[in-house]
Formats: sequence, C-alpha cells, structure tokens
Amino acid sequence: MSHVVLVTCALAACIAVAALAALLLTIAIEGSGSLSWKFLTSFASRKAASAGILAPLAGSVWVCAICALVAIPMGIGTALYLEEYAKKSRLQGIIQLNISNLAGVPSIVYGLLALAVFVRFLGFRAGESPLSFSVDWSSLRIVAPGDPDSLWFIQVPFGPGVLAGGLTLALVVLPIMITASQEALRAVPRSLRQAAQALGSTPWQVAWRVTLPAALPTMMTGAILSVSRALGEAAPLLVIGGFLMVLQTPSNLMSDFTVLPMQIYNWSGRPQEEFHRIAAAAIIVQLAVLVTFNALAIFVRQSFQKPLQS
Amino acid sequence: MTSLPASPTFISPRARPARLRLRAGIERLIEGALFLLTLLSIATTVGIIVILVRETWGFFTMRGADGQILVPISDFLGDSLWSPLLSDPPRFGVTSLVCGTLLVTAIAAVFALPLGLLTAVYLSEYAPPRVRGVVKSLLEILAGIPTVVYGFFALTFITPNLLQPISSSFGTHSAMSAGIAVGIMILPIVSSLAEDALRAVPQSLRDGSLALGSTKAETILRVVIPAALSGIVASFLLAITRAIGETMIVALAAGGSVAQLTLNPSAQVQTMTAWMVQVFLGDAPAGGIEYQSSYAVAFTLFAFTFVMTWVGALILRRYREVYE
Amino acid sequence: MNPPPESTTMTQPADLPAPQRHPSTEVPHTASAAAGTSRPSTPTQRATVAMRRFNAWYGEHQVLQSIDLDIPEHQVCAFIGPSGCGKSTLLRWVNRMNDSIAGARAEGSLALHGSDLLGRGVDVVALRRRVGMVFQKPNPFPKSIRENVAFGARLHYRLTRADLDELVEKALRAAALWDEVKDRLGSPALGLSGGQQQRLCIARALAVDPEVLLMDEPCSALDPRSTASIESLIRQLRSNYTIVIVTHNMQQASRISDSTAFFYEGKLVENGPTDVLFTSPAQKQTEDYVSGRFG
Repeated sequence: MSHVVLVTCALAACIAVAALAALLLTIAIEGSGSLSWKFLTSFASRKAASAGILAPLAGSVWVCAICALVAIPMGIGTALYLEEYAKKSRLQGIIQLNISNLAGVPSIVYGLLALAVFVRFLGFRAGESPLSFSVDWSSLRIVAPGDPDSLWFIQVPFGPGVLAGGLTLALVVLPIMITASQEALRAVPRSLRQAAQALGSTPWQVAWRVTLPAALPTMMTGAILSVSRALGEAAPLLVIGGFLMVLQTPSNLMSDFTVLPMQIYNWSGRPQEEFHRIAAAAIIVQLAVLVTFNALAIFVRQSFQKPLQS
Repeated sequence: MTSLPASPTFISPRARPARLRLRAGIERLIEGALFLLTLLSIATTVGIIVILVRETWGFFTMRGADGQILVPISDFLGDSLWSPLLSDPPRFGVTSLVCGTLLVTAIAAVFALPLGLLTAVYLSEYAPPRVRGVVKSLLEILAGIPTVVYGFFALTFITPNLLQPISSSFGTHSAMSAGIAVGIMILPIVSSLAEDALRAVPQSLRDGSLALGSTKAETILRVVIPAALSGIVASFLLAITRAIGETMIVALAAGGSVAQLTLNPSAQVQTMTAWMVQVFLGDAPAGGIEYQSSYAVAFTLFAFTFVMTWVGALILRRYREVYE
Repeated sequence: MNPPPESTTMTQPADLPAPQRHPSTEVPHTASAAAGTSRPSTPTQRATVAMRRFNAWYGEHQVLQSIDLDIPEHQVCAFIGPSGCGKSTLLRWVNRMNDSIAGARAEGSLALHGSDLLGRGVDVVALRRRVGMVFQKPNPFPKSIRENVAFGARLHYRLTRADLDELVEKALRAAALWDEVKDRLGSPALGLSGGQQQRLCIARALAVDPEVLLMDEPCSALDPRSTASIESLIRQLRSNYTIVIVTHNMQQASRISDSTAFFYEGKLVENGPTDVLFTSPAQKQTEDYVSGRFG
C-alpha cells in the first residue's frame, strides 16, 4: 500500500518532467537547423527560408522596456501603500481582494480595456489622431503636427504602437508585481520598522531608508518574473491590433510593432512544415531570452541579499 | 531645583534642523500619490466592467437594415450553434462557445489536477531534498514558458505523436490536443500551490498520526491531504481559471471557426478566447455585429473567471486551517 | 489618593516644543502637585512623564486600568510584573509606538513635561525624537555601524561630515562601545555580537539627544556578560537621562533602578523607591511577587 502511493506519486512527477523534456526536445529538433545570425537580423518574409525575427525581437525589447518602466514603480508604489500606509480597513480589504481578482482575469480581456483606453482614447477610430506632435531637442521646439519619423513623435490617441503595447502588458502584469512586492515588504522584519519609527522617522522615511532597501532584492526578483510574463504574452497585443507582419524595427513610441510570441503564433498556425521550423527557431530565441532573464533574477537575489537579522 | 548635569548633546550646535514643514508637506504628497496609485487597481477593474457592459449592450441593441434587433439575448443564450461567419443568417449561440471552452478545460483538468496533486505529494512528502530542488526548478521552467509555445507543442508533437497513432479520427486541430497542452501549462500551478499547502501542514500532525501506528501512506491520505484541502482546492480553482482564460494554445490547436455543442474530444472546437483572437486578427470587419459579438463573449468569459476567482478566495478565507 | 484636576494635564495644546537641547533648564512642572499613587517617589523630584487615570485597550480588551504614575527626571524607573500585566504596553504608549497596532487606544492623561501625548494633533515624529526606545531584541539596521548611529540625527538635522563623525564618536563613547568598534565603523552592524548590537542600538537612540529613554526588556535576549555591560551602561546614563526600563528580572530591577512600579493584571499595584519596594512593600501582592511566590 505504502509503496503504491510512493510509486504513483513519483510516476506523476516523472510525467511532469517528461512533458518538459518532450517539449524542449521537440523545439530543439525542429528549430536548431533554422537558427542563424541571418535569422536574427532579417525581417519577416513570405518565404520561410529568408524570414527572420529582427522586427519581433526589437518589438519585444521596446514593449517590455515600457512595460517594466511603468509596471515596476507602480507595483512597488501600490504595495508600499497597502503594506506601509493603509490601516486595516474595509477599503484596504476590498483593494486586496480586487488585486487577487485582477490576477485571475484572462490577459485577453485586458486587451479589450487597453484597446478602448490607450489605442482609441474612448472613441476615436484607428487612424484618427486629432493631436500629434514631436519634440525637436536641437532647437527645443515642439513641432505640430509631428514628424512620424522622429524619435520623439507622439500622437493622441496612441494607436496600436509600442507605447500602447507596453501599457497593455503593464496592466496584465501589474497585479503580479504588486503581490510580489507586498510579499517582499512583508518579509522585512517588523523590528526594523519599529527601530526607525522609534528614532522619529516619518512613514516615508521608514519606507525609503529602511523597508525598501531591505525588500529591494526580493522585489527585483518579482519584477523580473513579471517582465518575463510580459515577454511571453501575445493575446492582449493581438487584441489591441499589433501587427503580424512588420517589416521595420520601431523608431518611436508610436511605431507599429510585433513581438516574438505573436510571430511564433503566426508561423505555428501555418500548415507548411518549413514555417513550423522557423517558429521553433523563434521559440528557441524566446526561451533563451527568458532563461537569461531568470538567471539575472537568481544573480540579483544572491548578490544583493544581505542578512536582515543575524 | 538642584543642579542636575545637563544632558550631553551629540548633535552639533551648528547643525541646521531639517525643514520640518516642508517635510510634512512632502510626506502628505507622497501618501496621496501612493493612494492614487492604489486606486488605479480599482479603476482597472471598473474600466474592464464598464467597457464590457457598454459594448455588450451595444451588441444586444444592434439593429439590422429591417430595424429588427439582430441578436436578442434569448438567441445568444438559447441557440446551440456559434457560426457568425459561415452561416446565413449568422448564428450566435454562446452556449456552444462555452461548451468548447469547458471541454478543453475539462480535458486539461482531468490530465493536470491529479497529476499535479500527486507530484505535489511526492515533492512534499517523499522526495529527497536534492531531487525536490531539481524537480521544483524544472517545474518552474515549465511555468515560465509562454503559452504560445504550448500551442506549437500541441500542433507539432501532441497531435502527430500522441493522438494520431491512437486514433485516425484526430485531425490537425482537436479539443484533445489543445486540452492536453493546456493541461501541461496548468500542471506547475497545481503542483506548486498544492505543495505549498501540503508543506504548511505542521509536522506535529504527521507525527501524531505516525505515533498511532499509521503507515506513511495512510498518514498522507487521511491526515495530510485533508488538512491541506482548502489550499489544494484553491490551487485547482486557480488552475481551472487559467485554463478557461487561456488563449494562444486554443487559438492554435483547437481549430474550428464554428462552435457546436459537442463532447467529442477529437472534434475541432471553438472557444470563447479563440473566437476573440479570430475577430481581432481581422476575420470580422470592425463595427459589424460579428466584431461586436466578441465583447459579449468577453463579458461571458470575464463572468466565468470572476466567479471562479471569487469562490477560490472565499474557500481559502473560510476554510483555511490556521496552525500557529 | 486624590485625582488631580483634569485640566492640568489633559487639555494642554498638543504642540510639542521644537527640539530642545537642554530641556532640564526650562518647562515648568505641572503635575507635581498630584502626588499620585500609593507611595509618591521623592516629592521634590520633577516628573518627566506623568500619567493620570490612564486606561488603554487593545480592541475590546482593556490592558491598563486607571494608572496614576509619575516618572521622575534623571532616574531609572523599572516596570516589573508578570507577563501580560500591561507594563510593555504602558511603555509603548509613552512614545506612541502603539499607534501602528490596529485597535490600540487609550484614555486619560499622559504627559511629557506637562504637554499631552495622547491628543490627535500630537506630532509623534517629534515626540519620538525626544523619547528614545531600545527594544527587546537588538535591531540594528542592515547598514554599517556608522550609518546606524547617524540614522536618527540625519532624519532631523542637516549635518556636515565632520559634525556627523563627531556625533558618531560621542554617541558610541556614551554607549561604551567606541573602543570596541572604532576601527571598523564602516563594517556591517550585523557583524557585531548580540551585546554589542544592543549597545549600538542604545548609541543610536542617544544620538538624537532624547530626554527619555525607554527600554523594553533590553537584556532578555543577551548572555550574562552582555547583560552586565548593559546594566553598568544604564547606571552611567542615569545622570543624564530619564530611563524607563521594563524587566522580567527582579534582580536586575533592584540592581539598576531608583524607583520601581509593580503592575498586576493591568493595574499599578505599587510604586516607590526601589529599596523600599523590595524590602518592605506595602501591598501583599507586591511582596508575593518580589519574593518569587508567583509570576
């Protein structure tokens, strides 16, 4: 009886590991042949042999950078409020429940919100933009209407560009970032907060000088996990109108973009075998980026974590 | 008063005090800003609900050339066929989309829930520390893989290597293929959360059972798992929620542009999320009834996941055993 | 026992004076007329902290009932009593550390040099600059020794590098730690031994020039040698600070304190000079406790 349970459980764990192995092997076998420098530096093409992933690679970098710049400070700020400022109240309970609910909302639904808010500003159709300008830093002037080729080109509404994409992903990962930051703050010993309070620190001084520095390594781990999640998202970006076939790298915040998961989706969905092979090659690149990111998370955790209490 | 010695002072008399009034102002400003940030998370929920309700209302009140309402709620809920693009007149029976979603979810659950729980039991109760560390980090890798990759896996491995050798009734796309891929995706969620719940059961409970002469297996089945039940159920619910909302796998692997009421795992199915992808990829012209239908579908999807998350939170809160 | 008129202590406006360098030379004493409890401590002594009919609750649970107590200036006052008697709670009300505990509230009067500490408008940040605290477990920040000592002063003053160095040295000397750490001020505070960490925490509290030092069982996490060094430090500090110390250890109370207050189940049973309270207590309960019959 005892052995039956043990064997069953161990077998289950083996199946889980086998699934991972099968997945990685399939991708490696399918994709390794197509991987080349040319693949990384070419744009998409109707012919699988000459297609590359330059546009989605650049798009992923832009979109995830924006997502990180927005979601990480916002997540930490919200967590700080909930852990360091908010009194135990009804409102706080509601906000907390709301955040766990948001974490369960399918990412594609965030796409609908982002489409309405960021892409269309609640009403404009695609292509309409009543306000557009670019900043000319050499003469310190704002030029309207803007020059779409300038790096500092902004139009309102944003349209389906990298800014809208980044903000969309920020919505998706914000609940994750908040929860991770909250856990990091909770792990800071109360005694440290009390020590700072007893010396006459204001709440912000406690947070800025004591709690945040102590929680930062853990928070950064959470941040990297959040951005990894953003790196793998395709559905909400499909909804806001990201493009499947992009033949240029983004040049400013309003540029059309595609991301790696969207490109993978596009190629995987085609019936021809050769597109499956380049899809697998793109997956290898995607996984390599993710592994780098997670290695970074481990590195951050190990090199900056100081003991909080001896 | 006697001449008590004055307190020694450590702060130099030259030191200028901090600008307290300025500091108090900044302090208030920061708290206000953080509070506004926090309200943003509420605004997100409200925004989602407002947009879904507004656009869904637009869908149900859309009239055709003859002035008739195109899709009454009764058709939406009652019709058993979802075929907006291929049938004439288009058919909008959401039940069949829901059926497609639930079929894929059920296959994933049958596959992943027991497997995930057993893996969790192995990791928490049996595995030697080193094995546990390795298996856990492998599962973490699995959890970090983008879902579109699982879709690819379903098309290039599960269908040709697992399903088609078993039965020739499996085509390129099937509910089964998508379901297994979704199952692999949610497996690490179940195993990691269930393991947390199992490890939270205090050792004293296990010791108590073993001291009464139970075997290790009996202890696990009769003591540990029941004690961790609320956490295990919550992990199941979270995994099912994720399966319901999963998009890229089903968009790639489940197939069909028509959804019908079917429980046949080898059939092509259309799910709620896959329909939305189809619409937003441009298969339906913007502003038309087919386009608008995606919001009604999204509303249905949101309602499903919202209820699931709520129930999960409730179970955790009500039945959580607290061990001190 | 005659309760004092409420107005003398309670309704003072809640503005704490800006940090004073030499509080002992000013501030009229308002509460001395009300020699409160069972046995007034030396009546000529000025009270630094004065409590009148002080009650405190955690939620519905009343932890302190009608406390009348004066804590004389430049003395060591020990709070003793069995666990859960409310002595730590009382201590934490003096610098309002209970504010961060949900459901904690208090009524009655609690004053520092005559100004009310309980009102809504009290600037707790300024209060805590005047009332330092040392905790049960040493809790240095995960920073260098120097940063730890300078932490509080940096919050309240804009100091030059030279002033800061001087402050660090003086505070570490006052805490009898300078000789042990002067060569490694930049190294992590968490590398110190437990007793050194606790003295560092005392130095950190002293460095902001407090008038009162609250100590919540400061030696309970330390070995006997470290305890002895902290105790001798407390005896030295007595001439310059008003010290309130909560302790479980009655020998410790008798060794270091000038006056002792005995609490039992939320009530102040007896308060008086330490030698009197330990040798000839007025109350039977006190006698039982100090002789080790319970608690």
